[in-house]
Amino acid sequence: MKTNKLHIGNLFLVSALFMIVIALCFGILAAIVYLVPDFLKKDLGFISLRPLHVSSSLFWIIMGATGCVYSGLQIISGKALGNKTAILQWFLWIFAILGILISYFGKSFGGREYWEFNPLWALPIVIAWILFLINFISLVKKIKNWPVYIWMWLTGLIFFLFTFLENYLWVFPYFRENFVNDMTIQWKVNGSLVGSWNQILYGTAFFLMDRMDKSKSTGHSKLAFVMFFIGLFNLMFNWGHHIYTLPTENYIRYIGYAVSMTEWIFFIKIFYDWRHSVNAIQKHYHHFPYRFLMAADFWVFINIGQSLLMSIPAINIYTHGTHITVAHAMGTTIGINSMILFAACFEFLGFNNNPSIKRNKWLEFCFWFLQLCLIVFFLALDMAGIKKGIWQLSEHQSSYSQMMQSLRPYFMTFLIAGIGLLIAFASLAFSLITFSFVHKRLTIKDENDN
Amino acid sequence: MKLNATNVFLILCASFLVFSFSIYLGPLSKKANPGFNSEEAARGRLIWQNHNCQSCHQLYGLGGYLGPDLTNVISDARKGEVVIRALMKSGTKQMPAYDLSENEIHGLLEFLKSVDASGVADPRSFTNTNFGMIEKHENK
Repeated sequence: MKTNKLHIGNLFLVSALFMIVIALCFGILAAIVYLVPDFLKKDLGFISLRPLHVSSSLFWIIMGATGCVYSGLQIISGKALGNKTAILQWFLWIFAILGILISYFGKSFGGREYWEFNPLWALPIVIAWILFLINFISLVKKIKNWPVYIWMWLTGLIFFLFTFLENYLWVFPYFRENFVNDMTIQWKVNGSLVGSWNQILYGTAFFLMDRMDKSKSTGHSKLAFVMFFIGLFNLMFNWGHHIYTLPTENYIRYIGYAVSMTEWIFFIKIFYDWRHSVNAIQKHYHHFPYRFLMAADFWVFINIGQSLLMSIPAINIYTHGTHITVAHAMGTTIGINSMILFAACFEFLGFNNNPSIKRNKWLEFCFWFLQLCLIVFFLALDMAGIKKGIWQLSEHQSSYSQMMQSLRPYFMTFLIAGIGLLIAFASLAFSLITFSFVHKRLTIKDENDN
Repeated sequence: MKLNATNVFLILCASFLVFSFSIYLGPLSKKANPGFNSEEAARGRLIWQNHNCQSCHQLYGLGGYLGPDLTNVISDARKGEVVIRALMKSGTKQMPAYDLSENEIHGLLEFLKSVDASGVADPRSFTNTNFGMIEKHENK
């Protein structure tokens, strides 16, 4: 008997699309504070706007990554995966997201750098992730000769859980009372946490490449596995490049430096090989997914140069504590992670099956406008960073507020480019969301159900 | 032992656990730093977190960039404890005046003293060494 089941992968993807629009709105508000210091000072202030933006962005990435894994597994297994565990996982995420965002409005914080919220809200996330891991293992254990993307998804899932729990070691006085060690662990967590969702997203990129390349050679290639292990090696050990100036143990800094130099090299090589293996028919059929993967390729290329240079301590001393770090963080989050996620959304939500809308001119425009705005956005942050770096190392420094005042033209450019990103991303996201509801992509016909 | 994907994965995971625990055990080999009350500093650390100070300020260049780095603000001849205490009470153009109790201000100042005593964050105090690494300049 055929019944309609909830398409759990698409449910996560559509939820994630809502989050990117919310994230960009908070990002715009936070950017305005750089130009208008009094803006929302009493009601929200930067202390709330920054975590609202950061957490929403990470919810976009993590919910999206979860959706990619479920959608990918559904295609691999050929069965509808909507089950009670996965639905409970989704509800736990929605509960945690609402709680975290509302808590920022109430000035309740975790107070840690990067991804922070009251530790109570970590509980539903941990439970949701354990459910995800159990679900994932039960689904992949029957698959033999795993392609590289299943390895990457599994690695991402395990290390996300480990580092997420590690992120709360500070609640124990033993860890909290030694400031330098606490900061070391904090940046160990930040580095590895980013590495873990990168594993899931790069795994998704490999899955999509395999799907477009009918020879299915990418996922089992030796080079792909070498790249996977280099990524994992970096996830585990490269985070020391964040803390060169922190008076922590020297071996941590040297390991971070040495490992960072191996980063991402093979990823570009694999993209390069894959691009030449996809024929014109496949490029046409997978129009937007192909374009977004190519955009991710371009942004990998841009970011690899910058990140490799920033990982050299003698150069890092100029860029550390400047907006170049922000350019790197946002360049990778938007340029790489978001491009892969949009490629996945277009592919998994079934946009390719509708030739009439596949070549939609407005969406084409949004794609190119997005790339242009991101280039301007990235350069504005880099320019502000260079100027701040020069200030940091000058012998006769002006005051901090004078230096920040001198960066206003770059912040203005950054804000305008950010508004452009909001328009482009929101147009793409709402087109996909509308499409999903109109064409009923949130349910799937299940023939095995009885 | 055959070097297949599972074995490489397990070897890397084992190395990662050893590395992680070497960091967790770090505080056991550290001596107490004089010049501040460590219990008060730990309490101040929580006040710092509760008010999300890291959102705008940096410690060792890590944090938000709206406000200045506060690693060595206590030993800064132009600022120091008195100025910081006043700023916490009055606020600035961008920072609101937090309604902090005297007890909370004391805790925050002890925390900032402990951070100050831990090292120097000013990039000018570092020099290049071999292979592109940096070390703190001995004179600073």
